[in-house]
Amino acid sequence: MSHSSEGHAAGQYVPDTDPASVAHRKLIWKTFWILFAITSFEFLIAFTKGPLGLPSLLVIVVFVSLTLVKAGYIVAEFMHLRYEVKALIFTILVPIIFVIWLIVALLDEGHAILPKWFN
Amino acid sequence: MSATATVISANDTNLWGGGVEPMKASYGKLMMWIFLLSDAFTFSALLVTYGMIRFSFPAYSGEVENFVFSGSYWPIPEKVFTHFPFTHAELPLAFVGLMTFILIMSSVTMVLAVEAGHRHDKAAVEKWMLWTILGGICFLGSQAWEWSIFISGVDGWGASLKDNPYGPPAFADLFFFITGFHGTHVFSGVVINVIIFYNVVQGVYARTGHYEMVEKVGLYWHFVDLVWVFVFTFFYLV
Repeated sequence: MSHSSEGHAAGQYVPDTDPASVAHRKLIWKTFWILFAITSFEFLIAFTKGPLGLPSLLVIVVFVSLTLVKAGYIVAEFMHLRYEVKALIFTILVPIIFVIWLIVALLDEGHAILPKWFN
Repeated sequence: MSATATVISANDTNLWGGGVEPMKASYGKLMMWIFLLSDAFTFSALLVTYGMIRFSFPAYSGEVENFVFSGSYWPIPEKVFTHFPFTHAELPLAFVGLMTFILIMSSVTMVLAVEAGHRHDKAAVEKWMLWTILGGICFLGSQAWEWSIFISGVDGWGASLKDNPYGPPAFADLFFFITGFHGTHVFSGVVINVIIFYNVVQGVYARTGHYEMVEKVGLYWHFVDLVWVFVFTFFYLV
């Protein structure tokens, strides 16, 4: 998608009726409605998981997945990362591997460390 | 002399020759991204710590209706955060839902300010930045209200770093640290937004010819929203 009015000459005023601008703002609001819908769905699960007796592991997996989808939309659209060059996208996303390593390591090592602190 | 320089810049494909933006992003924008990456590590560490400590305590195993606060298991968040301003009704998680909505909304107004900046529409940038600042202030006020309810507690016994009426001491500690660290980011964001808004009104960016500062502060502001999405899930939902 051609994006925004970045192609216009520097310093030049462009009215908000400009087709590229209209399309861009439509995309912004679409992203908002997606985020809103996902959050509403999360609330729905939060209040029906008890009565429906949903298994807690399933609920956690659903919550975490939906959170990652929301994060994806914020980073890709609002923070505009989707439209940057590939090198920048990878510069930001690849180091997140270390966070995954941190989660795996601490979930595994946690059993060994924590009892000494809290018991 | 100038002729030689022109020839070199026209033919030189050396990326290290200067005047080229690596990754087609300006220095400031690139460094904002790198800073946000490092900040993401900090927040990840805090949230992973939360998960690790939380699951080192037993979960409440009985029926949700019969839940009572106890120091021997982790509390159910929807039993802790039930208050809403101007009513005594129990509305689990409603207030944090409102806070989430405010922050997402302020992210939308921020990105609209950035869009207006690309069009050099000064009036629209001012309008949307003002809404963003307002959203940030509303969020901070909400958080202050939630902290005060959390601290004043139940039946005269409130939460501190030492102990709390809801669950193990670590529960309140992590609540204060994580929402406090996020709130500090929101506060910084509001302050920076106010400074940039002032510059916009003063016409600083109309003179420099671009509104990239709005874009950079926008990146920071969306990051604050991004972190809240995770705090919301791990602190209030799971």
